Amino acid sequence: MTTKVLQESASQTAGPYLHIGMMPAAAGLERRRNQPGNVLARAGALGERIRIEGVVYDGEGCVVRDAMIEIWQANAEGKYDHPDDPQQKAVDPNFNGFGRAVSDFGTGLWWFDTIKPGVVPGRHKRPMAPHVNVLVFARGVNVGLQTRLYFSDEAAANAADPVINLIELAPRRETLVAQRSERDGQVVYRFDIHLQGDRETVFFDI
Amino acid sequence: MSNGVFYERDRGIHPPAYFPDYKTTVLRSPRRALLSLQQSLSELTGPVFGNGDLDPLDNDLLLNYRVDNDPIGERIVVHGRVLDENGRPVPGALLEFWQANAGGRYRHVKDHYVAALDPNFGGCGRALTDANGWYHFRTIRPGPYPWRNRINDWRPAHIHFSVFGRSFVSRLITQMYFEGDPLLPLCPIYQAIPDAGARARLVAPLDLEAAIPLDSLAYRFDIVLRGRKQTYFENRPEGF
Repeated sequence: MTTKVLQESASQTAGPYLHIGMMPAAAGLERRRNQPGNVLARAGALGERIRIEGVVYDGEGCVVRDAMIEIWQANAEGKYDHPDDPQQKAVDPNFNGFGRAVSDFGTGLWWFDTIKPGVVPGRHKRPMAPHVNVLVFARGVNVGLQTRLYFSDEAAANAADPVINLIELAPRRETLVAQRSERDGQVVYRFDIHLQGDRETVFFDI
Repeated sequence: MSNGVFYERDRGIHPPAYFPDYKTTVLRSPRRALLSLQQSLSELTGPVFGNGDLDPLDNDLLLNYRVDNDPIGERIVVHGRVLDENGRPVPGALLEFWQANAGGRYRHVKDHYVAALDPNFGGCGRALTDANGWYHFRTIRPGPYPWRNRINDWRPAHIHFSVFGRSFVSRLITQMYFEGDPLLPLCPIYQAIPDAGARARLVAPLDLEAAIPLDSLAYRFDIVLRGRKQTYFENRPEGF
């Protein structure tokens, strides 16, 4: 028997110096062991190797240079490396699925080297299109913003995705779709995040 | 542990995205309504950390960036529990914390405040909660500092906390403040929290029982993460 007896602690902004605690090397502090970073696909990880990159923009289209992006995704088979994932699929020992990147202080660009995730079952076993879960933290962001990244080459799966279909306006759906291209033989998905404005990214209350 | 979905996030105890007294929020706040989602496997899972992810000095900010002397400042112990909304301990929660030094200066390439850096203080650490949800670390008490917002805004002394529970939806970043700080009523970041009780819960009281005589004062800071609902009926299991 459980019942709610406490309230969640209130969120506060991560502030401009979030790097010190969560990405010390970017702050100018020497790297510590086991620091989560932006390379998720270790040698031997299964699946298609991809780069995800983007820039965070504010409501006037200015580049945000002090954001931190965290991602959490399934492996190539669509299995999360977590004890509460009940699927009979194998965990990939070379792929954990969690990554963290910070905006470049000059250009604002952040990026991850990862693999393209497989299909994960949604509620009532309805398949969800391949996607990456995304959290955005920054100075001026009081509560971390959660969204999802979908893939432009999965148009049919995206069209049937139960989450994308909750978004009524088609142009708003496009804010969640990363655009695939190739650069120097590498697959790159571009995913810009707009905190506010005409192209504001769809953020979730989950 | 109950395996239902998480209680909905009570947005009334969190600061709103748009809070103009904290000027940076003006252009960084989404203006459209958040899309409400029922939780799926993607939200109920999240990264899990273990003791192997930490270094022995991660929870000792007096030593983890020490070069040739102890850092300057009031030595303090910060300790507390991570609980969920059901009042149960959250074991294995990863906490990351960061702070300014005793003079209010961050060890960060972008902080140019006139107060001196302390070569023996990095200002960051990590801890993992034990089986009963407890964590502790030692550090120096951070100083207040001015920031560019209104012309004379000062941050109360605070320590930033980043917390991972066991799912991506329980992720929380917050700040711990110190009992009795006269800057608290003046701080727009802190005052953006609309609920007085929620504000009070971010203020760590002095905890003399945990102080180390002739060595360090102690402050107690408990953190509550979202909790999971009981699943009463299994005929249509939640999520799957």
